[in-house]
Amino acid sequence: MAKVHVSTTINGEPSEFLCEPNDTMLDALRGPLGLTGSKEGCASGDCGACSITVDDNLICSCLMLAVESEGHELRTIEGMAQGEKLHPLQQKFLEMAALQCGICTSGMLVASDALLKRNPKPSEEEVRFWLAGNLCRCTGYDKIVRAVMDTAAEMRAQ
Amino acid sequence: MTVVTNNKWIGQRTIRPDGMDKVTGRAQFAADTNMPGMIWGKVLRSPHAHARIKSINTAKAEALPGVKAVVTARDIVDFPIEKGAVMLGIQDMRWMCRNVMAREKALFPGHPIAAVAATSEAIAAEACNLIEVDYEVLPFAIEIEDAIKSDAPILHEFNKFEGKPSNIAGRIEHKKGDLAEGFKKADIVIERSFTTRPVHQGYIEPHACLISVAPDGKTTIWSSSQGQFMVRAMTAHLTGIPQSDIRAIPAEIGGGFGGKTIVYLEPLATLLAKKSGRPVKMVMTREEVMRATGPTSGSKSTVKIGATKDGKIVAAHGTFYLQAGALPGSPIRGAVGCSFTPYDIPNLLSEGYDVCSNRSKVAAYRAPGAPIGAYAVECVLDEVAEVLKMDPLDFRLKNAAKEGTKAAHGPTFPRIGYIETVEAAKASDHYKAPLGKLQGRGVASGFWFNAGGESSAQVNITEDGNVVVTTGHPDIGGSRAGIANICAELLGIDYRRVSVIIGDTQTIGFSNLTGGSRVLFASSIVVTQSTEQIIKTLRERAAKIWEIDPEAVKWEDGAAHPVSPNAGQFPPLTLKDLAEKAPAMGGPIGAGVQLNTTGADGGFGTHICDVEVDVDLGIARVTRYTAVQDVGRAIHPGYVEGQLQGGVAQGIGWALNEEYIYTKEGKVDNPGFLDYRMPVCSDLPMIDCIMVEVPNPKHPQGVKGVGEVPLVPVMAAVANAIYNALGKRFYALPMSPPKVLEVIDAPETRQAAE
Repeated sequence: MAKVHVSTTINGEPSEFLCEPNDTMLDALRGPLGLTGSKEGCASGDCGACSITVDDNLICSCLMLAVESEGHELRTIEGMAQGEKLHPLQQKFLEMAALQCGICTSGMLVASDALLKRNPKPSEEEVRFWLAGNLCRCTGYDKIVRAVMDTAAEMRAQ
Repeated sequence: MTVVTNNKWIGQRTIRPDGMDKVTGRAQFAADTNMPGMIWGKVLRSPHAHARIKSINTAKAEALPGVKAVVTARDIVDFPIEKGAVMLGIQDMRWMCRNVMAREKALFPGHPIAAVAATSEAIAAEACNLIEVDYEVLPFAIEIEDAIKSDAPILHEFNKFEGKPSNIAGRIEHKKGDLAEGFKKADIVIERSFTTRPVHQGYIEPHACLISVAPDGKTTIWSSSQGQFMVRAMTAHLTGIPQSDIRAIPAEIGGGFGGKTIVYLEPLATLLAKKSGRPVKMVMTREEVMRATGPTSGSKSTVKIGATKDGKIVAAHGTFYLQAGALPGSPIRGAVGCSFTPYDIPNLLSEGYDVCSNRSKVAAYRAPGAPIGAYAVECVLDEVAEVLKMDPLDFRLKNAAKEGTKAAHGPTFPRIGYIETVEAAKASDHYKAPLGKLQGRGVASGFWFNAGGESSAQVNITEDGNVVVTTGHPDIGGSRAGIANICAELLGIDYRRVSVIIGDTQTIGFSNLTGGSRVLFASSIVVTQSTEQIIKTLRERAAKIWEIDPEAVKWEDGAAHPVSPNAGQFPPLTLKDLAEKAPAMGGPIGAGVQLNTTGADGGFGTHICDVEVDVDLGIARVTRYTAVQDVGRAIHPGYVEGQLQGGVAQGIGWALNEEYIYTKEGKVDNPGFLDYRMPVCSDLPMIDCIMVEVPNPKHPQGVKGVGEVPLVPVMAAVANAIYNALGKRFYALPMSPPKVLEVIDAPETRQAAE
């Protein structure tokens, strides 16, 4: 099979890559694009470790074909901080010990950011149901939920 | 050693050293690494639960374009059964060599049969399908009941129990007093039997490695494990490459919980790399993780407890059968040794059986064996307290182990904090909060041994006066953050000036596995001693500069000072000053310490769980949870709480949903995260922590292991809460909706609820 050429935008940068027609977006990110911040925990859309946004919609990149990114705007964990300035969620995760092993952290942050963009004032229940697609086996979610709610409160105050 | 009492950094919620890399996606986990010329390895796995391997023909696979190497059991170093055990830690290499690649027989569906390396993953997978294996399919036994029957299919014909071929690979017991006499004194005796299902550690990162073998045999391994030295030693044993030629580099580890304390892929990838001359990368799929890596044992237990009318336990007997999986080694030591340990019981027999069955070999899982035993014991205790009409926490207080209590597994306890955990639970707001209809509250306690063992550290002062600490343990729950706090505290400098890294096998001294809740305990001892040596050097150098006696120099707030004005009037010499002067003053400043650490004290916890049961759907939902634990000293409270909260979440999963389900053919039927249902964010409440601090006097900072205990009490706490809500006891895990519904739909339950 001949490889397919794809033009897309990743974290605001125009990007081009070659992929197999059956490669997932996660394969492309971690392979030719070298963006290994998105993780593969299951390859079946159950763990959320590969969460990215496509035109501001939160998706599991393991469930999207790489060729489908043609012409779209993708954002990954690598695009979350602005240079040296962390996104408030990243800062809060650090301060509140909302990560342990870190394998789910990229996906958790991308998903949490997508939540706060839609709902700047989520209830605890809303945070919990929004993040229900992102598995974490280390933290019991307690500190993650608190970090997201605290960040939301801080961002609203600004 | 004296306990450090100044508290600038110890006890602070500092930013973890590896945090920035993890929130920005920079952190390098095992699957994130690539090498020029790299090819991909894949494993052919047995479709059968039990089969003799008559022949393997790899010719067609080898002929496929793109295939660079194929390995089978013939390439793995054999450890013959009859030559006896070759132990590496708790693992017998006779079993390990048969676990990484089936030898005489395939023992479970998923057991590796051969491995292929090819230029792409797809070609490697295609080549696996071209390997011809002639199997003689044998009858199999998966469940303990089936494996211990007199006519059960025998996995290992060489294994005898009571003189006959058997799947029972071992038995241990702990005994105290006279059991029969003890039960005679009891006014009430309750005996119950319990079962638990195998559950997986559930780390989100699948096993992965990248391995390069140079033509001279020099081998570099990047892999995700709980011990780079374990990876090196096991790979050396199984491939015949000397340890001095293997550099095992620990990648960031995406969760382990005990499951990454043995190797699966590394020996295979090493042999493929050696044969092909190319670096080989192997990454398991989630399905492979679920089918072929260690869950913990399923179990079958019977617990009998006798108590007098005034609430004193006089005798107890526990029998624990644990499923080892394909090869011996289930965690009976934890079940037998931990389950009764929170209590002072004069007459006790605790016995465990290690049962082989046609399922993947168990690997350690957080306090291995202890949660299984505690589940049975703590549920029976709840019944005994109920019959005695005693508050379950008062009942535990009345029988609590304390300083001077002799535990059945050997030690006489020093000062321990068990009673404090029960008292704190009793005093908590949670324990006093009212409950509504169909809501219930349960309590349970738990114990884990904790551990010391070998650790190495090297602490170096950089030329610009900052600090690099290297230790040898993969950081699985925040140990680097704890070490940074301790080193900064001792040196009196900002913790951000201390960089903590995990060394590879060729750059730091031997350090045992990350496991048993030993890492911060052991590594902070060697880091403390190294730092103390450095402080001594710094004082000596300041003394030399000032031309006074080293004894007249003290180290405080990151600088050398004369101990008093009488010693001389000199401006302080900071770490930076002394680092700059180092070349002229005797050279680089650094110190390393290697020790087999001792003095680990066991850990105790007491948990309170509230549930609400949806009687229409059978869903038991945990609505409030408090974990109380004696943590010794919380060096970084955030990550101590994190250990407690994470352990509780795993226990709630074990209690309510997680289980291996098998098809009639003996294959795991739920090898993915959709059907193997671990708790998701919306399943859980906040998990409150009460950290009781009874410092370990044998540790410079008072540290006790904290990681394992939090899983031990959970299943019993949940089960006791469900009983409290429904008035119905459950004797099997998981208490999943169909099983809860079955009990609710029984006519007598309906009546009671109305």
